[in-house]
Amino acid sequence: MALISCKNLTLAYEGKSVLTDLSFDVKQGDYLCIVGENGSGKSTLMKSLLGLLKPASGEIVYGDGLRQNEIGYLPQQTEIQRDFPASVWEVVISGTLGKRGLKPFYSAKDKALAKKNMQLLSIDKIKRQSYQNLSGGQQQRVLLARAMCATTSMLLLDEPVAGLDPVVTAEMYKIIKELNDNGTTVIMISHDIAAAAEYASHILHLHNKHLFYGTKEEYIFSDFYCKFCGGDKK
Amino acid sequence: MMTFRELFASEFMINLVVRALIVGLLVTLCSSLLGVSLVLKRFSMIGDGLSHVGFGAVALAAALNMTDMKLFISIPIVIVTAIFLLKLGNSKKTKGDASLAIVSTGAVALGSLLYNMSNQRSSDICNSLFGSASLFTIGDIDLILSSVLSIAIIVLFVFFYTKIFAITFDENFSKATGINTNLFNMLLAVLTAVTIVLGMNMMGSLMISALIVFPAMTSMKVCTTFKGVLICSASVSLICFVIGFFAACLLGWQTGATVVAVNLVAFIGFSVVGKSRRKVLQ
Repeated sequence: MALISCKNLTLAYEGKSVLTDLSFDVKQGDYLCIVGENGSGKSTLMKSLLGLLKPASGEIVYGDGLRQNEIGYLPQQTEIQRDFPASVWEVVISGTLGKRGLKPFYSAKDKALAKKNMQLLSIDKIKRQSYQNLSGGQQQRVLLARAMCATTSMLLLDEPVAGLDPVVTAEMYKIIKELNDNGTTVIMISHDIAAAAEYASHILHLHNKHLFYGTKEEYIFSDFYCKFCGGDKK
Repeated sequence: MMTFRELFASEFMINLVVRALIVGLLVTLCSSLLGVSLVLKRFSMIGDGLSHVGFGAVALAAALNMTDMKLFISIPIVIVTAIFLLKLGNSKKTKGDASLAIVSTGAVALGSLLYNMSNQRSSDICNSLFGSASLFTIGDIDLILSSVLSIAIIVLFVFFYTKIFAITFDENFSKATGINTNLFNMLLAVLTAVTIVLGMNMMGSLMISALIVFPAMTSMKVCTTFKGVLICSASVSLICFVIGFFAACLLGWQTGATVVAVNLVAFIGFSVVGKSRRKVLQ
């Protein structure tokens, strides 16, 4: 049983069909990279995985105890967030909200979870600092910690290294890889094909409604990889 | 100029002053709390648009010779507009800010035409735009409605504080974790609409949105956490209102303009403090 399985999915955005007849599975422990250029339908696919957009046809089945609202989502930063007055703690613990229903206050369990995830990403020392004064890399860690609070098993990362410098980018990739090695399933949307080929276990490449889906090893030998990286077949 | 003794000369006057003060404080509290969320979500212009529509609605009530019932006419109209503007802001195709300008200037134009047609004195239009100078216009209905409204808003902000934070900070993330963000936005629009209509009487439709924007912006100059901003925003706006209200009473100034002026002073003061503090930290 897969955590997520997409069957003959067709997605449309504002009336225009973006992706047609897409099928793939995500299993426990996978590290799936979704690559493709702007407008290839990456964000639309992500929105439907999160349940923010209904598929035009086909279906997305969640299994193995994963519910749709238990995917830990790391969105791209918006203009609103960059200067938002919030402490790191306030942001991280807000990840636990989805599970609580109508209960108004955070429980001891929520607090412990937030603390644990902050230690894991080594941001527990900046707990009281204001989110707006952090560096881009630190902000990304805070949002990742929030995503981890929202999930038990799966992270969905939307361009997690956008706007980060090379050193911080490498750190971010390392953190994500470690989380994956510890059993978290990762779906990452990315422009960075080279990094995808290095870290991912599976690759989904979207391009003009054509696509490639397979393991990383298959991908490196496919025409897609050659075309987009400009290299020869190995 | 009135002295305190004259102001509180009769029991009747004391009653009027106390009632106006209570309504003012309740509306101020509501708008300062709602304002934090609105300003952070970049919705502050919606507050301004709604107050213009409120002006039109009050003019309509005057034209229908139903000035006594104006709250019951303007509240539904402004609520419907608020929901409409919210939908407009969420859809990507429309040019939100331009449409907002059309709605608010259109409402003001229709409103002043209605005032002309109904042969109202120009002082009535002036009161509606800049706030009423007399305290007689604040009735028992204002008192009851503003009490109900502020209880609703305080309950909302205490019990759903965590959700309000999450939705204001990141709507898509909240939606993905299963929070009903549409319901919250709708609630925000409705409560803002009611707050604006209730406050318009005293503050005037041109200045009521100041009560929404100023306290939030002022406290964000100094506070760096969401909880801090909310608490600071509520306290600053209440203090500014009390100062402005009594200054206006004693000096015979307009209440609305005086309260906004005090808010402006607070904003400048907090900006200076915030800047110098940032310099010290660096």
